[in-house]
Amino acid sequence: MKGQWCFMAEKETMRHGKQRLDTGAGRGDEETMQHAKGGTSFTISIGPVHPALKEPIQLDFEIEGEKVKNADLRLSQAHRGIEWIGTNRNPIQILYLAERICGICNVCHTLSFCRAVESIANIEVPPRAQYIRTVTAELERIHSHMLWAGVAAHELGFDSVMHYTWRAREKVLDTIEILTGNRVTKGMPTIGGVRRDFPEKHHKRILETVGFYKSIFGKLQDMLLHDPVIEARTRGIGVLKKEEALALCAVGPTARASGVKRDVRQDEPYAAYCDLGVRAITPKEVLGEVHGDVFDRIAVRLAEVAQSADIIEHCVRNIPEGKIVFEEKPIKVLAQLRGAQGEGIGRLEAPRGEVFHYVKMTGQEAPYAWKVKAPTYSNLLSILPMMREAQIADIPIIAASIDP
Amino acid sequence: MIGNIAALAIVPVAGVAGIIFGLLFKGLDRVLGARMQARVGPPLLQPFIDVKKLLMKENIVPQNAVAWLFNAAPVAALCASIALLLYIPLFGSGALLEGSGDMVLVVYLLLLPSLAMVAGGFASGSHYATVGAQREMVAMLSYEFPLAIAVVSAAWLLASKAIAVQAFSLAALSAFPLWSLVGTLGFVGLAVLLAVLLFVMPGELGKAPFDVAEAETEIAGGVLAEYSGVNLALFYLADAVKSFAMAAIIVAIFLPWNATAMLSISDMWAGAAAGALFFLAKVFAVMFAGNTFMRIALARLRITQVVRVYWGYASAAALAGLLLIAAELVLVV
Repeated sequence: MKGQWCFMAEKETMRHGKQRLDTGAGRGDEETMQHAKGGTSFTISIGPVHPALKEPIQLDFEIEGEKVKNADLRLSQAHRGIEWIGTNRNPIQILYLAERICGICNVCHTLSFCRAVESIANIEVPPRAQYIRTVTAELERIHSHMLWAGVAAHELGFDSVMHYTWRAREKVLDTIEILTGNRVTKGMPTIGGVRRDFPEKHHKRILETVGFYKSIFGKLQDMLLHDPVIEARTRGIGVLKKEEALALCAVGPTARASGVKRDVRQDEPYAAYCDLGVRAITPKEVLGEVHGDVFDRIAVRLAEVAQSADIIEHCVRNIPEGKIVFEEKPIKVLAQLRGAQGEGIGRLEAPRGEVFHYVKMTGQEAPYAWKVKAPTYSNLLSILPMMREAQIADIPIIAASIDP
Repeated sequence: MIGNIAALAIVPVAGVAGIIFGLLFKGLDRVLGARMQARVGPPLLQPFIDVKKLLMKENIVPQNAVAWLFNAAPVAALCASIALLLYIPLFGSGALLEGSGDMVLVVYLLLLPSLAMVAGGFASGSHYATVGAQREMVAMLSYEFPLAIAVVSAAWLLASKAIAVQAFSLAALSAFPLWSLVGTLGFVGLAVLLAVLLFVMPGELGKAPFDVAEAETEIAGGVLAEYSGVNLALFYLADAVKSFAMAAIIVAIFLPWNATAMLSISDMWAGAAAGALFFLAKVFAVMFAGNTFMRIALARLRITQVVRVYWGYASAAALAGLLLIAAELVLVV
């Protein structure tokens, strides 16, 4: 029921968001059309294939000179039917599907699905597995935020910063490869635990990685937050007010940069976060005041890299002993799941915001229903109010600022 | 008359030399830029490979483009860039064509490739190209003023100090190193003007942080969005030649020293070789400071910021340089 309401609210605010944008331009749709005939304004489509976008969405802009007068969003350019495939597979097989929903935040999707299934089947995850899940998820967050910083710099036409941040990102990728066997697609979470242990010899490597990011943190701040050109290009650009962020159900760093203290790790702690007391980071903590602009989103993500480093360090130092999965044989897990009935949800904080998985099992091998809501879907509508009074030059960085 | 015909015969030679050195410097720029970005970068001769590849590709003209203008623009751009080379003293020797007032002509010729790009952008009938062409025009209007101040100040200084020569002639400017004509105040003024010219250079060449007209993440290549194949190769070559010419102009005005005279080499061939090498080194230094370094160190600006930077800061700096030189001239005379 709650989910339904949220959807309605989104629809409502989407319409309002557009209206606000219109009033910002000072005239309604009809006048704009007449204007277009006069020849002073024209429509530019950014997407579905455009160098500024990493995923196929289409943004239609009405442009007058360099100014954006109106913006519209068209989605559903790439429907892969993953959920439907999932309803024809057993939960262990779905893990591999879930991992491929998002390349960068793959642990989040598998973990979210696992948590949904575990809640249906009442499976108790061993504490050591919870800590390993947390460490993997946080390594992924560092990787994702570093990647995003590079993409954002590239959208600003600042390729040097892109190359520097991506070189710094290599460290965490190498560590992930040592820990999980793969650089990006980790394949770590499984139902009831994780698939690989972190032996003692790898702890040093993880701590070394954490130390590396702590040591370069000052440099990253200098590069991204103290650069006059970056500040000139991002301050006051793409502003999302706190009320708008709440009304449009923004999640993750996008919402936090607008001053919404919302973080699943804080609000509904899961895995090892229950022992950690993670606090949502808003620009208030980092910069002292909240503007809700692109610069704030950079600052929040950068601060989250440091936060993740702290979390990983704490987890590795305090990791409990014990099993890493409640049942090692997948066939036994599947046998237990076959008897499970009911609905379950898995929520967790991905690098981009809240990931939500809904699973319904009816005692069959395959789930009856599987619904995935990725954070970008929640954040996309926020792009529209952000585009108010934007110039063409701001479109790529604003679109990238929600980390689509 | 005979001299003019001989010069005409040299035009293709100058064109080929300009293209070769332009591409070579482009390669150097890419390698050095890559090293500064902690990358390995392409091989030094990558620009030659790129041109070869583009020349082999299909030349696509969009259906709603004005075909003749769309095809003429790249040719005009390359011709104007090569024409520039004829008026600039290259490789330590004099320019092929020279005469009174050629400095003014050079400033106008510098505009032509950009104008050709604007025409080609508007003719290609794409929104991205239209936005790019608009931006290119606005950028042109912005950087012309500081450029003009810098050039006029240099010529004015020369005219005041060495009355016998044609001031607006590049040959005269490169024959009299300006730095030796002035005292401390004028020296500072000249340094400011040189800095302004180096700052105008990336704008003139459409390189970051002033690459607003092409801005690939915003308008997908802008003016060049619809260009491909031979046409794109011609624009690429025009850009390479113009970069080389722009650096050579700055060298001719502000760094005109000649290695042959300085080292007092008597042998003709050795002298020419030393002069040519020294010239290339100077062009490289200018290209590095005005193009590569700026490109690596700064993010792309918004078009409004480009206008503000050029009309505001660069123009103010150029005027300050002019005033310093004027103050010196008044004080000394």
